[in-house]
Amino acid sequence: MSELLRLATAGSVDDGKSTLIGRLLFDSKSIFADQLEAVERTSRDRGDEYTNLALLTDGLRAEREQGITIDVAYRYFATPRRKFIIGDTPGHIQYTRNMVTGASTADVALILIDARHGVLEQSRRHAFIAALLGIPHLVVCVNKMDLVGWSRDRFEEIKEDFRAFAMKLEVHDLVFIPVSALLGDNVVDQSANLDWYDGRPLLHHLENVHIASDRNLIDARFPVQYVIRPQSGTDHDLHDYRGYAGTVAGGVFKAGDEVVVLPSGFTSRVAEIRGPGGSIEDEAFAPQAVTLTLTDDIDISRGDMICRPNNRPTVGQDIDAMVCWFSERSTLTPGSRYIVRQTTRAVPATVELLEYRLDINSLHRDEAADRLDLNEIGRVRLRTQAPLIFDQYRRNRSTGSLILVDPATNNTVAAGMIVGGEQARVTANVTWHENAVDRSKRSETGATIWFTGLSGSGKSTVAVEVERLLVEAGRAAYLLDGDNLRHGLNADLGFGAADRGENVRRVGEVAKLFADAGLVSVVSLVSPYRSDRNRVRAAHEAAGLRFFEVFVDTPLDVCEARDPKGLYAKARAGQISGFTGVDDPYEAPDSPDLVLRPGHGGPSAMADLVLGLLEV
Amino acid sequence: MSAAYELSHLRALEAEAVYIFREVAAGFERPVLLFSGGKDSVVMLHLAAKAFWPAPLPFPVMHVDTGHNLPEVIEYRDRTVARMGVRLVVGSVQEDIDAGRVVEETGPRASRNRLQTATLLRSIREGRYDAVFGGARRDEEKARAKERVFSFRDEFGQWDPKNQRPELWNLYNGAHRKGEHIRVFPLSNWTELDIWQYILEEEIELPSLYYAHRREVFERDGMLLAVSPFVTVLPDEEVFEATVRFRTIGDATCTGCVESAAYDVASVVTEVAASRLTERGATRADDRISEAGMEDRKKEGYF
Ligand SMILES: Nc1nc2c(ncn2[C@@H]2O[C@H](COP(=O)(O)OP(=O)(O)O)[C@@H](O)[C@H]2O)c(=O)[nH]1
Repeated sequence: MSELLRLATAGSVDDGKSTLIGRLLFDSKSIFADQLEAVERTSRDRGDEYTNLALLTDGLRAEREQGITIDVAYRYFATPRRKFIIGDTPGHIQYTRNMVTGASTADVALILIDARHGVLEQSRRHAFIAALLGIPHLVVCVNKMDLVGWSRDRFEEIKEDFRAFAMKLEVHDLVFIPVSALLGDNVVDQSANLDWYDGRPLLHHLENVHIASDRNLIDARFPVQYVIRPQSGTDHDLHDYRGYAGTVAGGVFKAGDEVVVLPSGFTSRVAEIRGPGGSIEDEAFAPQAVTLTLTDDIDISRGDMICRPNNRPTVGQDIDAMVCWFSERSTLTPGSRYIVRQTTRAVPATVELLEYRLDINSLHRDEAADRLDLNEIGRVRLRTQAPLIFDQYRRNRSTGSLILVDPATNNTVAAGMIVGGEQARVTANVTWHENAVDRSKRSETGATIWFTGLSGSGKSTVAVEVERLLVEAGRAAYLLDGDNLRHGLNADLGFGAADRGENVRRVGEVAKLFADAGLVSVVSLVSPYRSDRNRVRAAHEAAGLRFFEVFVDTPLDVCEARDPKGLYAKARAGQISGFTGVDDPYEAPDSPDLVLRPGHGGPSAMADLVLGLLEV
Repeated sequence: MSAAYELSHLRALEAEAVYIFREVAAGFERPVLLFSGGKDSVVMLHLAAKAFWPAPLPFPVMHVDTGHNLPEVIEYRDRTVARMGVRLVVGSVQEDIDAGRVVEETGPRASRNRLQTATLLRSIREGRYDAVFGGARRDEEKARAKERVFSFRDEFGQWDPKNQRPELWNLYNGAHRKGEHIRVFPLSNWTELDIWQYILEEEIELPSLYYAHRREVFERDGMLLAVSPFVTVLPDEEVFEATVRFRTIGDATCTGCVESAAYDVASVVTEVAASRLTERGATRADDRISEAGMEDRKKEGYF
């Protein structure tokens, strides 16, 4: 079975992108003789030394006249394994818009770099956009290797350079391939000139890169697109037929599944799944277009979302998104109004806030920015007139993406990737229920002991000991270890400042709940930022719960010498970035309840000091 | 297959097209589907019918009729719309000529191909259609390679290639004012081979012209044209009988055929897969006019 792979290409002008695509088409025999003849003729007329394969892909007249690619163009080629759709996007600085457009659905991004020029500002821009759009696989082709004497050193140098930047981005799969698009080396076939390169040639890589698991098969999401009601007066079977047509946006639906319809919240079961034309299907997954019928007669219309009761998207009107601004005729400013299109919904919205504008070369956040111009990217907060039903973009590209349409011109003026947002009903409409059992009636009073310090400082060792001693003493205690929680509760978080903040907030909330239930929460978490920790303390104090901050103050060089997980070594080697103590700050507590230093003895001696806080 | 949750490329293309049909049916008041009897429009109609099963097609189909059709095409068209129970609207180029709205080219090489644009735009206006499905594919031609799936047309029906709306994910923007319309291309990402493979898989019936048959032809500009009442054979052109089939179906004056022994779908698929000529390059004189031929016509409002 041949699979569809969507590829987005980007490169600066003259890096050889058109030539490379022409080469892929030509060498995979997807070029027809008449196209080739036309190109050969034009090449000759222009006095080109080689047949200019770039001419195969330069579409519009304006491009031919200016000799540059000006818009997104789509190309197709197929091998027995895969059919490829190339979204060919130009590399001009002013055309970030086009790359975003061509790359929005890509499985693989292919970035070209001219071996002579190395990593340019634009290469970084392309890598950034690929990461922003959540393209799962990034292939960097270092082109024109013939012009640098097929130099391995040059290739390695470019690779290191690129990697250094990509590390700051969310890029999961990064591959480098040296090629000569003009001569064909390493595009389809292995090249003798590049015998030091032991990876696969480009086409081979594209044919084999594993894309099936990039899809979200977990969160079942079905945005209702169209309600099919034949209302046939003659056919009684059809008279009451009501099918919900749409394209699965995530997860797997099976006949018999219990489902909930949002935003109404009605539940029902999937009666039947039909493919196009009425074929009966056992199950449906993204991106299949199907029609569902449900066992109950409930009112459902376009824009509703069918999902599973125990795995729901957010329903809310306050949406945080990274947006890329597309319009040259207007700017995005707080207060402007647009129509948001997201899944099958279209809803008026106001830009409440421009949180910052991002400089995509330095990744600097300009919080003073008051607008976004053409091709600029920033983080905004939108307030929609009716709720959207969404997931984070990084979790689901279908339910996490949106566009903004200017109601005055009807133009698409921005693309947005949802970062988060508030669940309308939980935070806005639901008030806190006081439990029937109040704290004085619980058998024990809980507390939170919060260990903070560098990685390798010994937090966890002491925390484990504290938990053990408490349990031995008959107290209910529970260890919340930051690393462990990142496997579950916080599996969706990274290590950027915002994610770290969220990490601390969540752990703090859980600790607080446990403490409220009468347990001693023992938390071991780097929690490098003072403000994050202070918020947790404040939350405890507001709830009348005791909170003890224990600073495990082991000097950096000692932690680094221990390096139990080998993380410092990786950080120093530049393999991971944003590592606390190396290239991310640790802010020591101003007034901790206890400071533990190496001189205070071993783990059990330290644990005793900690237990002293609780006076048990 | 379902255990791995993988979709073949044809089923992925089908799903994409079905999504587009439903998006239009939900978001527009008066869609219409252009149906010429050519294989792309046949596949398009087939997909549209599948998208709304078990309900009937929620929009009519329109044929822009140059009056220069081989009889097999009209016969097929009428039979198909009758079988599917869809409403057919015919935009007649002849009517525009008779009313003096357009002037017919003269001479032995005259073609009505270019005149179709006026008839198409008039029919869209008269029917107040706001979405017009076309069967164009991006692999056909360089100018088409850049066109959006939802392609905006101003009140004069014109396309502005430099000012297209960015199109992202599957969030299509069909917003327009009264008098403007959107051309919608559900087959954008299909290639000629995909179309044929799909016809094979789905057992879709086509006009018989697509399969090898004996016919009187003559050679002009390196192409084989069928002898018909609509073309004048020049004195130095020699008529002979050959076994041919058509790769595209359009105005008989400019649509050529190729010699072929492909009598059924399977052998056409094999032939297309091995072909070294694009279908337009091989058989469409209208695209040969100039390198920028298609782009100019598209700007005016052509299909
Ligand atoms: N020597 C050499 N020249 C190349 C190579 N790839 C592309 N070029 C040349 O670089 C120029 C720009 O290539 P083109 O494909 O038009 O670049 P684009 O602007 O990225 O599409 C052309 O003159 C190409 O012939 C290569 O691998 N080696």
